[in-house]
Amino acid sequence: MKLLVPIKRVVDFTVKVRVKPDGSGVDLENVKMSMNPFDEIAVEEAIRLKERGLANEIIVVSLGPAACQETLRTALAMGADRAVLVETDAELEPLAVAKLLKQIVAKEEPQLVILGKQAIDDDSNQTGQMLAALLDWPQGTFASKLEIAEGKATVTREIDGGLETLELPLPAVITTDLRLNEPRYTSLPNIIKAKKRPLDTLKISDLQTDIAPRSKTQKVGAPQPRKAGIRVNSVEELVTKLREEAKVI
Amino acid sequence: MALLVLAEHDNATLKPATQNSVAAARKIGEKADTSEIHVLVIGHQAVPVAEAAARIEGVAKVILADEVELGPQTAEILTAQVLLQLQAEHYSHLLAPATTYGKNVLPRIAAKLDVQQISGIIDVLSPSTFVRPIYAGNALATVESIAGAIIVLTVLSTGFDASPLRETSAPIESAKELAKDSAGVRLVGRQLASSDKIELTAARVVVSGGRGLQKAENFQLLEALAAKLNAAVGASRAAVDAGFVPNDYQVGQTGKIVAPELYIAVGISGAIQHLAGMRDSKVIVAINKDPDAPIFQVADYGLVGDALEILPQLTAQL
Repeated sequence: MKLLVPIKRVVDFTVKVRVKPDGSGVDLENVKMSMNPFDEIAVEEAIRLKERGLANEIIVVSLGPAACQETLRTALAMGADRAVLVETDAELEPLAVAKLLKQIVAKEEPQLVILGKQAIDDDSNQTGQMLAALLDWPQGTFASKLEIAEGKATVTREIDGGLETLELPLPAVITTDLRLNEPRYTSLPNIIKAKKRPLDTLKISDLQTDIAPRSKTQKVGAPQPRKAGIRVNSVEELVTKLREEAKVI
Repeated sequence: MALLVLAEHDNATLKPATQNSVAAARKIGEKADTSEIHVLVIGHQAVPVAEAAARIEGVAKVILADEVELGPQTAEILTAQVLLQLQAEHYSHLLAPATTYGKNVLPRIAAKLDVQQISGIIDVLSPSTFVRPIYAGNALATVESIAGAIIVLTVLSTGFDASPLRETSAPIESAKELAKDSAGVRLVGRQLASSDKIELTAARVVVSGGRGLQKAENFQLLEALAAKLNAAVGASRAAVDAGFVPNDYQVGQTGKIVAPELYIAVGISGAIQHLAGMRDSKVIVAINKDPDAPIFQVADYGLVGDALEILPQLTAQL
């Protein structure tokens, strides 16, 4: 079984982003970039499926500028077999990403696509569901457990209030949640080995897809800062403040 | 053209987040010429849900699609049923709560309609322009939908006060056609927390614990405080990662977003991902032994000290 793992290069989760003064977006100059953490979980899950003998090839794909090669190399160092970069400087909406991924799926014919439930930059949480819709495949979103057997995926999903287990016929799309696994670190020998693994670059025009934007970001602003509060010195003082000043208890 | 809100429910009760989505639809309606709001209830033996939805202020009609195949409410069958409804009547907007329910199904519907969904809106500026948090709430984007036959939105409940329930009811219609094809997906089962647990996103008071609670057993101290305050219990991602509590307790960028009257953060340092989930709370209390913890920068009342000593004292004094 072939696995396809789409990954996104995003601002590292430890960075506190700043809004540009002209409202055109957030400042990404000289900011540390990393693989989207949920996609890292997706790569790890694919590798574990391969280690269990349930998959024989893992293809990672990223859509974005040339710098995404670095993110793809990280995935190769973790254990993916080969990488595809769809190189573009255009800003892609989740729908456009899903359409481009559909073309990659048509080319590679994976049985399973595993990707992060959301990217921590735009927080959209859409691409996996959209790809499943465009392929007419079933979807298992927000997975915290995944089992594959006899042409079926059994997915335990994180839902509000608890867990849900679904059985999906393959091929299918899975999106990962936090507790699915803990991604491995890359070792120096594996980083060196990863440099020899194939990384193909495609142009958007190779994929013949309508990626015209359907929404427009007019402005990006900073949220209202909260006004500074006070320190209390004891539990008694806290309770008094909550009762008499804030009047919330 | 009317606006369509997809109701979230468990076939027995309507989830309150639906009322916040109706409130967002009303705000769009006020700015547009068309303000008729329909609520679509999809499930099995869900008549009580439809009756509750019919009582939400601002709702003109409820459409009930009720059939055994619809009971599991998988993304595949919900999508099929919503698409049938969009063929039966014309709508300008489709809305659903930005909960795991809405997040799961709405993008699937949007893609089938060749529409770019706008996720997690917190404000409506015009019928096609919305505000949504990005980068864990560190920035707010104003986004305009510029193409597509319909506008598809998920709604963050914290952005809109719930549309109240009224005495009178809107009419309930049965869906004319019912979706049958579940795409081979089978619901194996659900493990849900007991229904008497107060839901995080609907609670007036939330008490959350972090890694500072040190171990799972110490969450009992938090539970005791929550019981006194009739509060829901939440947690930071660090506490979930450490295995102290299940993932559905998680408040933050990738968990639940809450805005209660009172939020008490205990032993939580205040990573930006956590702040994203609670910074709109009315009053924030932080209890942490590290006086430099970032949580104190957003707290109205900060108390420096050992959470394990302070919690029983606080519970006793309430």
